[in-house]
Amino acid sequence: MESILNIRNVSKIYQSAGRALTVLDQINFSITAGSTVAITGPSGSGKTTLLGLCAGLDRASSGTVELNQIALEKLNEDQRAAVRNEYVGFIFQNFQLLPTLTALENVMVPLELRGAKNIKAHALSLLDKVGLADRSHHYPVQLSGGEQQRVSLARAFSNQPAILFADEPTGNLDAETSEKVIKLLFDLNKDAGTTLVIVTHDLDLAAKTGRTIKIKGGTILSDESQNYV
Amino acid sequence: MFKNNVPNPHIQFSWLFKMAWRDSRKNRSRLLLFISSIVLGIAALVAVYAFKDNLQRDIDGQAKELTGADLVLESRKGVTKAMQKILDTLGDERSQEKTFASMIYFQKSGGSRLVQMKALQGNYPYYGTIETIPVGAAKTFQRGKSALVDQTLMLQFDAKVGDSIKVGDLTFKIAGTLTKAPGQTGISSSVAPTVYIPLQFLDQTNLIKTGSRISSKFYYRYNNPAGVEALVKKLEPKLEKEGFDADTVESRKEQTGRSFKDVNRFLALSGFIALLLGCVGVGSAIHVYIQEKLNAIATLRCLGLKSKDAFLIYLIQIFFIGLTASLIGAVLGTGIQFLLPLVLKDFLPVEITMRISWLAVGQGILLGLIISILFALPSLLSVRKISPLNAIRASFEKSAGRRDPLNWLVYLLMGAFVLGFTYLQMKTWVQTFAFTLSIAFAFVVLIILSKVLMFLVRKLIPNSSSYLWRQGFANLYRPNNQTLMLTVSIGLSTAFICTLFFVQGILMNRVSLSSGNNQPNMVLFDIQNTQTQGLDSLTKSFKLPLMNQVPVITMRIEEINGKKAGTDSTNRGAFRNEIRATYQDTLTAAEKITAGKWTGKVNPNETIYISLDQSFAKRIKVGVNDKIVFNVQGMLINTVVGSLREVNWSRMQTNFRVVFPTGVLEDAPQFHVLMTRVPSSEVSAKFQGSVVQKFPNVSVIDLDLVLKLLDELLSKIGFVIRFMAGFSMATGWIVLISAVLTSKNQRIKESILLRTLGASRKQILRINAIEYFFLGTFAAAVGLILSIAGSWALAKFSFDAAFIPPLLPTLLLFGSVVLLVVATGVLSSRSVLNQPPLKILRNEGN
Repeated sequence: MESILNIRNVSKIYQSAGRALTVLDQINFSITAGSTVAITGPSGSGKTTLLGLCAGLDRASSGTVELNQIALEKLNEDQRAAVRNEYVGFIFQNFQLLPTLTALENVMVPLELRGAKNIKAHALSLLDKVGLADRSHHYPVQLSGGEQQRVSLARAFSNQPAILFADEPTGNLDAETSEKVIKLLFDLNKDAGTTLVIVTHDLDLAAKTGRTIKIKGGTILSDESQNYV
Repeated sequence: MFKNNVPNPHIQFSWLFKMAWRDSRKNRSRLLLFISSIVLGIAALVAVYAFKDNLQRDIDGQAKELTGADLVLESRKGVTKAMQKILDTLGDERSQEKTFASMIYFQKSGGSRLVQMKALQGNYPYYGTIETIPVGAAKTFQRGKSALVDQTLMLQFDAKVGDSIKVGDLTFKIAGTLTKAPGQTGISSSVAPTVYIPLQFLDQTNLIKTGSRISSKFYYRYNNPAGVEALVKKLEPKLEKEGFDADTVESRKEQTGRSFKDVNRFLALSGFIALLLGCVGVGSAIHVYIQEKLNAIATLRCLGLKSKDAFLIYLIQIFFIGLTASLIGAVLGTGIQFLLPLVLKDFLPVEITMRISWLAVGQGILLGLIISILFALPSLLSVRKISPLNAIRASFEKSAGRRDPLNWLVYLLMGAFVLGFTYLQMKTWVQTFAFTLSIAFAFVVLIILSKVLMFLVRKLIPNSSSYLWRQGFANLYRPNNQTLMLTVSIGLSTAFICTLFFVQGILMNRVSLSSGNNQPNMVLFDIQNTQTQGLDSLTKSFKLPLMNQVPVITMRIEEINGKKAGTDSTNRGAFRNEIRATYQDTLTAAEKITAGKWTGKVNPNETIYISLDQSFAKRIKVGVNDKIVFNVQGMLINTVVGSLREVNWSRMQTNFRVVFPTGVLEDAPQFHVLMTRVPSSEVSAKFQGSVVQKFPNVSVIDLDLVLKLLDELLSKIGFVIRFMAGFSMATGWIVLISAVLTSKNQRIKESILLRTLGASRKQILRINAIEYFFLGTFAAAVGLILSIAGSWALAKFSFDAAFIPPLLPTLLLFGSVVLLVVATGVLSSRSVLNQPPLKILRNEGN
């Protein structure tokens, strides 16, 4: 199958207090389109940095990141932003809903950025899918954590991304809510046929994906496929 | 090959507007303070500009009525035969007026008062009217021994039309009450009320003696006034030689506009300072506003928003907020402009017809917009650099790179704006650079000192001190500290507020007169040599003290170091004006020798060493040992400058620019001045009555009355000064409060965290109080020191006055700033402490 994400010899080095700090060192892997992958590892292992590089939020110090056959390191920040808008969806640990926008407006934003028209119905149907059709005009502050993450899910799928990155999607939720959100995430992902990359500590959640890449100290410790639950 | 797949979505401009609107929804109250600092600044400027605009329009419209003629020639010297010939050939219609100060005596009430006597012949004014009650009296009073008397006098002495007044040796019937004359202001009629009499009877009054100070005016009307300016230019050398001044409609327009230049300039400067404070307010408010938006911007960037579009969203917001603030400011300013003429009407020679000045409104709105955007730009530009990584890493710090070159461009534009706008107010480049550089200097000093403060606090606070102190002080240098921003904004606001307060004090001191119980309160002048003894006896018979008796001799400068008026084009002013000098053998208490040696007496044939007031000497460009030839009523006297004196002009006594030693001028034509102190208004009235009856040519000024009038007028000037300065100060306070309030958001999260960890409300309040107290004290002290230095420089170089900061008000100002900073800081954190931590954590999370 065709790869949607190719990571070749990627390193990330930060300069801190006058000395170089290697956060990622010579990372290599590919992800096939439509698959589900978990990136796990202890705190400080470089998971979030890796996610940032894969999604084009940051540039690698060396190596290449190809997303949907686009070499991200050759693009400037605005071109990477366009790539994110077209091909990438995000789910954040702390939801990152825009506080001044209603739930509906939050879901509409990625499509509006594309200049798409008549998107309200589509956004409402997504909110309906996550069970929040009746809360569409509520602001984030008026929603619970679980509800906010559900809006975030609807937003992530609104632009029908080729690949969806989820950074600790249940990190800020209780067990019961986490369960519901994860089910919703996988259901939506199945319907849309999107590639899903989840960065998580949660091994149970990782086990629900088809493949787990474990990293530690900035290098890949293991890369195993498992039976998809 | 890969790049071909890169999408290039085009965001519609309308969506940016929509997003700007949405994004501002929940933060509009946060921008209220930003708006208010712009509102007050713009309001002050629009009020001042509109007033200036209306005044200029009315001066232009009423200029002909100010002069009352197409050409006015005026001389304080006698008219030579040759000049009289020229005067008789000018104009298609002519009038003549002689003006001098004289006492008049109201026969019915027995009251007397010094007035400005105008002896008129002809149909002047040709434009406008002398307004009287009954109407028409101005046209008929010249037919007989009749007078027009100013209405303030009529009221003071309860006189009626038909009553009589005695002017010198002649009695005139009051033909009308004078309500308005061309070019006359409220203030001039209050201090020296006018009385018109027909010129044909002037000689019979016997008031005109040798040495009397009379001004002769010749009014001309032209059927075709277009050539008047050219004519004046042609006549100029002759007029100058004969000591004549020419006044035309055009020159009066300029002159009247110029006399309000200082008032306008002060008003504009206060408005400008209010606006500069507004700039500081904009800068600090937007800085914190964008900090709070960091997460939202990072998220939008994650979702695919380009950096340029993120910048535009916030630029659109600032544009509309700035526009709203400017519109509110313009409306407020337009309202205030209607108040200014009410207060200033006594000083205005024209009837002010206040109307909305669209020019001023337009200028105000444009300025408000420019300032809003320009001073928000440094923070707005940083929006372009916000990384999407901030959305997944709360602690993401951008790697230190080179400063955005656009930032330098913006700083350059800000400097150019302040420089350009200051020039528009000051009109001289020296003052403009001095002012702009002072602000830049204050800015840099505050930045450097805030960094020094952070360094010192980090190094010097002992680990052994209590947790509350350590935490409070640590807030000054930890990440996300507000020390730099608050020191600059509090420091600059304090510097501006204090400078305005000090300058207001300097201005008020300049316009206030010193009058004490031991000071004279009555001046008698125009006393002839033959009258001195008689008047001394009369004064003593009223048991009044002879406090100051000096002779006054009128003269002109003929030569300076061998150069005559015509040959020294660089020093024309020195030869032009008439000088009133005296002679004395000792210095008075108001005089101090600053250079050379004082000579009090001279023998015949000896060199005559005179003493000059030092600023007068500077003006006519002479120093010690320079030679001056004086023309005393036709006789030339050779002198040498022997000494320079510093004269305290504010003392209530006669002071002179030129003082001769005794032994030279005793026989020259002269009059005397006598000063005394009258204990009550009854004694004053009786004494004045006696003087007028026995010495009709002697003029008496009741200083108590004049001082009372001046007090009233000065309190009005003071009100305007305080009002405008108050405006700027109010803006300063708002900026101060807004700086502290906006900084509180940085402290909210950690206050909640501390609360969650079990810190008591009192402990958190104390930590905040320590931080704000130290910041407030430091910034206010620096601001105050800068302000004292600035005020001293202004006093010395701009107002030519001494400056000693008033201790108590200065301490009070300092204390108020510190108190305000601490109170605002602590009170703003109280609202956080009154709610459960979880509720606030959730709100903050969103």
